[in-house]
This record gives sequence, structure tokens and C-alpha cells, in this order.
Amino acid sequence: MHDFEFHAPASLNEALTLLSKHNDDAKIMAGGTSLTTLLKQSLIAPAHIISLHKITEINSIEVSGDTLNIGGLVTQRQVELSDIVKKHAPLLADAYRRVATVRIRNVATVGGGIAQADPAMDPPPSLLILNASITATSSKGSRTLPIEEVYADYYETTLEPDEIITQIHVPAQPAGSNWTYIKYLPRTEDDYATVSVAAIGKITNGEVAEARIALGAVSSTAIRAATVENALVGMKQSSLTREKLKEISQTIAEIVDPTDDPRGSAWYKKDMSVVFARRALEEVLK
Amino acid sequence: MTTTPVKQSITVTINGKAYTKEIPTYRTLVDFIRYDVGLTGTKEACSVGVCGACTIEMDGNITASCITLAVKADGANITTIEGVADGEKLHPIQEAFINHGGFQCGACTPGQIMAAKALLEHNPHPSEPEIKEWMMGNLCRCTGYYQIIESIQAAAEAN
Repeated sequence: MHDFEFHAPASLNEALTLLSKHNDDAKIMAGGTSLTTLLKQSLIAPAHIISLHKITEINSIEVSGDTLNIGGLVTQRQVELSDIVKKHAPLLADAYRRVATVRIRNVATVGGGIAQADPAMDPPPSLLILNASITATSSKGSRTLPIEEVYADYYETTLEPDEIITQIHVPAQPAGSNWTYIKYLPRTEDDYATVSVAAIGKITNGEVAEARIALGAVSSTAIRAATVENALVGMKQSSLTREKLKEISQTIAEIVDPTDDPRGSAWYKKDMSVVFARRALEEVLK
Repeated sequence: MTTTPVKQSITVTINGKAYTKEIPTYRTLVDFIRYDVGLTGTKEACSVGVCGACTIEMDGNITASCITLAVKADGANITTIEGVADGEKLHPIQEAFINHGGFQCGACTPGQIMAAKALLEHNPHPSEPEIKEWMMGNLCRCTGYYQIIESIQAAAEAN
């Protein structure tokens, strides 16, 4: 590993001041599970590391009205175990439970995971279909933006170098809706998915009232399949045959853009995107 | 490019004893524990936080010491495999691993024991699927997984 100055500010304000001073020369470390791996492999070489581990202002989960407000430094394990998350957004608790191993989730944070922007991580598809948003804070102030505007490309976000993700806002799942998170992976459970699908569905008076679906690991960011959602909402439940869901899911092949890697070839991931999307829809539109 | 490493002084409590050392900021926690402090029970195998060999307990939670910077542990309270037994008296999980053949070459064993200890503290009577889910990130190159699960079940029964 290369040399760097290590800073451990005790407050958010102190961290923001340090960031505005070092800006492009600095990397923010939240849990550090991804960042330390990148440092060890010399994929990044910042002159300064600003670690947020001593900051206690943004590490709690609260409910305000119908929205969960999750501090940026809340660990992924906290989300997995939180009773209020399980009550308002069980899909989210389940998605975080599937991340790597307990050793990683004990340390890795919600804000850090979003900033890492790895499209194969478990939470992004669920964050997308829950209509999550984040608050990013710099020494100049705060702004709130929807999660789909945060993810820009493989490991890239639209955040400025001096911004810290301080809050994640997650509206509650629609009352009485079905949900699923399917993580398809042919290797070990703690690995990244080959294809992952999160879906929410609800049938009211025999018609599709809610249909939300997003996929992970098959594009440069996690992606929401709006065409599928739009085709489904308002459809009669009686017309949702396996063949019909297959036909609607087929449009997903046009929006995914996977790459070959040890978890599967591009064509295989594309085929599996369609298959697992259909299975997820069958599960939530019952 | 500087030629002398940027150093920082840290104090870390390991198994009840405080160690103060000046170390380069890039030192990983596993290297600090093994080479600066000299406690070589904790192993480094995969180096990327996947295999579980370097598992330690830090401020009450198990973590991968190979992807933790030592400077981040300044002020932390750490337990390593050397701190699990009570003097000459082994921990019930260590006894169970011995009695049920829960290890072969032994490279993964310190990490297995640290993870199993955390599991039973969190969930004293885990089911087999719960054991598998918790322990899935602790790899055994000898593939002695059945005996590891049996050892944990035996330790839970002794609870």
C-alpha cells in the first residue's frame, strides 16, 4: 500500500472541513471494507483518507411519518436487524441481510455502499423500487436526490468529491404488498449475484395495483424496468398467465447490458435476467 | 512520492492488554496484530475479506482484520484467538472443536472459533441452517465443514 495521511474527525462538521480542504486528494472511508481492498490492490492512491468511524451524528434509524430515515453511517447489519426497517420496508432488511458475510455487514455502512456504486451489490435494486432518496452534505450545504440519480456508472456516482451521504430516505412499502429479492448465484452464498431481482407487487380488486421491479449485476448500474411496470399496472389478475408474464419479462433483455465475468457470460446473464424477472413477478403478483 | 512512511501512534487493547505503537498509516490490522504485537494466532489467507481466517472481535463485533486499517483501531478493544481461553482452561468452543475433529490443518481454525463464539453469543442455540448462514464466510481448505458444524452444535448443547 502507498502512503497517505489518515484523519479521524470526531464530528461531521470537522469531516466536511477536512474534505473541502483536501477535496480531490482525499477519499472518504466509512466502514472501509471496499476502500481498504481497493487500497491494498493499489487501484486507488489518495494522499488523504478521511475516516468517518468516530462520527456519531449519522448512525441511527428513525421513522418520520411514512419514511425511514437511515443515517449514512448506519451499518448494513443494523438495517438487517432493525425492527422498524422490518416493519416498514422488509424488502430492504432482507436485501441487506444478503450482503457478503456478517463480518462485512458489521462494518460496511449504508452510505458507504451507495457511494461505492458497485452494480452487483445486493441493496441497489431494492433501494430503486422503494423510491429511496439520499441527502448529500458538503461544507456548502445539503441536497436531496433520488437514488437513480446517484448511480452513474460502474463504481461511479454523481456525488461531488466533497460530499458525504448523510441520510438515506426510504418510503414505507405499500401496505399489503408482496415483495421478493431473488439473488441468483451459482457459487457461494456470500458472493455477488450473477443476476439479482427485487420486486414489489399488489393486486387490488382483481387488478394489478402495484408492480415494481429492478435488477442488479446486469448493467453498469442497478436498473429499474419501467417498461415492465407500465405494462403490468392495471392488468387483470386473471390475464397474468405464465406465458403473458414471460412475454412481458422478455422486454428486459433489451434494457440489460451485462458483461462476461467469472459469474457468468453476458448472454447467460441476459437470459437469466428474463427468467428471474418472470419468477419474481409470479411471486409478487399472486 | 515520500520515501519515509507517514506514521501515526496508536493504542489498541488486545485481550485486555494495551499496546501503544508507532506504525505506518497503511498497516493493516492483521499485520499489526501479528508483526507489531506478535500475536500470530490470527491468520491472513485471502487478504480481501472473503475467507474468514483473519476474523477478530473488535468492540464487540467480529470483523475481517485483513481489510481494516490498524489506525482505525486506535482506541479499540480487540479479542483475538489468544484471548479466548481462560488461562489454561479452554473455551467450550475450543473443547468442542478438539472433541469433534473441527479442524484438520488448522489454518482456518482461529477464524472459525472467533466466528463460532460470536454466533453462540448472538444466538446460543442456532439451528443447522443458522449455523451454515453465519459460518458461510469462514472457508476451510481441508473441507472439514461437517465436523465444524458438529463442533458448534456440541458447544451449543453444552451451553
